[in-house]
Amino acid sequence: MGFKSYCFKKSLWVFHFGGASCNNCDIEILDCLTPRHDLERFGILLVGSIRHADVLLVNGSINRRDKERLLEIYNQAPKPILVVAIGACGCTGGIFAEGMTFAGPVDKIIPVNAYIPGCPPKPEAIIAGIVKLVNNS
Amino acid sequence: MAVSLFYFFVFPGLLFAATIGAFLSWFDRKITARVQFRKGPPLLQPFYDFFKLLLVKETILPRHGSPLLFLLAPIFAVIGATLASVFILLPLFSINTGFKGDLLVIFYLLTIPSFSYIIGALASGNPLAAVGGSREMKLILGYEMTFILVIAGIIMKCEQHFDLNTIIQTQQEGTPFIGSISGVLLFIVAIFCIQAKLALVPFDMPEAETEITEGIFIEYSGAAYAMIKLAKYIMLFILPALIVAMLMSGFNLHGINILWAILKVLGVVLALTLIRNTNPRVKIKQAISFFMIWMNLIAVIALVLIAFGL
Ligand code: SF4
Repeated sequence: MGFKSYCFKKSLWVFHFGGASCNNCDIEILDCLTPRHDLERFGILLVGSIRHADVLLVNGSINRRDKERLLEIYNQAPKPILVVAIGACGCTGGIFAEGMTFAGPVDKIIPVNAYIPGCPPKPEAIIAGIVKLVNNS
Repeated sequence: MAVSLFYFFVFPGLLFAATIGAFLSWFDRKITARVQFRKGPPLLQPFYDFFKLLLVKETILPRHGSPLLFLLAPIFAVIGATLASVFILLPLFSINTGFKGDLLVIFYLLTIPSFSYIIGALASGNPLAAVGGSREMKLILGYEMTFILVIAGIIMKCEQHFDLNTIIQTQQEGTPFIGSISGVLLFIVAIFCIQAKLALVPFDMPEAETEITEGIFIEYSGAAYAMIKLAKYIMLFILPALIVAMLMSGFNLHGINILWAILKVLGVVLALTLIRNTNPRVKIKQAISFFMIWMNLIAVIALVLIAFGL
């Protein structure tokens, strides 16, 4: 493993894209950054601008309007960027999969590197997913 | 020539100041984490961040705006910060060169990074960056006057000597300037000025993350953002070092005193971190009136006290 990928692994900055989510996944994602789970131990930070991001977290069902936004955000991100789909909505569509405005799931729109299922996934599951992502990339 | 280049690039310039600054940035984050009952990042985290940005990430240029200026601004910031660090640290480490550490030169060099951020932000063509740039400009208008009053106070205390060498020597032969009422007042004012110069909470409105999503830095990515990080690391070291030099009798590099010097810098950074963690972000108007009215008032009181020899 080279120096470059080691630095990349040690410093993942996360940008959070919420689609049409029911907000539970958003809360669980924020939960990962709270003192109890503290993702900054691993160098993971939540950033405000997509230009600084290394990981794009997508949660919630992606409907037709979100699709354009998601594509735009993805194209604006500096490469290499990892995409993580969070929650049943992000992975498959969940309860919204048959909805008429549904345009997802995420991996139909942009390439996805990791799926974290659950409705919503526990913070531990999110952390486990990110660890697996880091070890495989 | 070679010696000057060594001063600029290795010690006490770019390499040294950036390394120490990176450790201070880790210290700042670790203390923040401890204040919030978290564990905090590992020791080498600032280096991982820097090298990831520099080596791995792609740099995106703005389509609307001026790409050349956008890329030059971070480099100007690093050059300005490095020049300031050389001029502050040479007298601090009592390395004798022709330059004696004129405080006004240092004052002007210290403003270069802030101005380069503004130029870069305005060149990026992003409306949020423009908002951040205008806020940074107003912030500079607010604190610069106060900062020059602090410097004037130091100069008056040192019997009209402008150079850092003499200021440090006067303190080391007598008492440190902070050991008087006026010195304490100047120290408080200087801490707040530095807080604003480093754009830390409560004065972080130029890069308010939750509000205008990093503001002036919103468009920077990859190597250009790495340069900005570098300039920030350097500033995080040299501004506390400047306070130590001006008010706390500088460094004394004999034996155990080295530890004392390190503790002084860490103490100042600790004060900055605690202020940052216990205050919310203020509005730009509040920040300006805070500096223009209250901090200037305290600084002027300190100047009057100095004139009476207190
Ligand atoms: S996966 Fe479940 S919890 Fe998450 S946004 Fe969808 S419905 Fe809500």
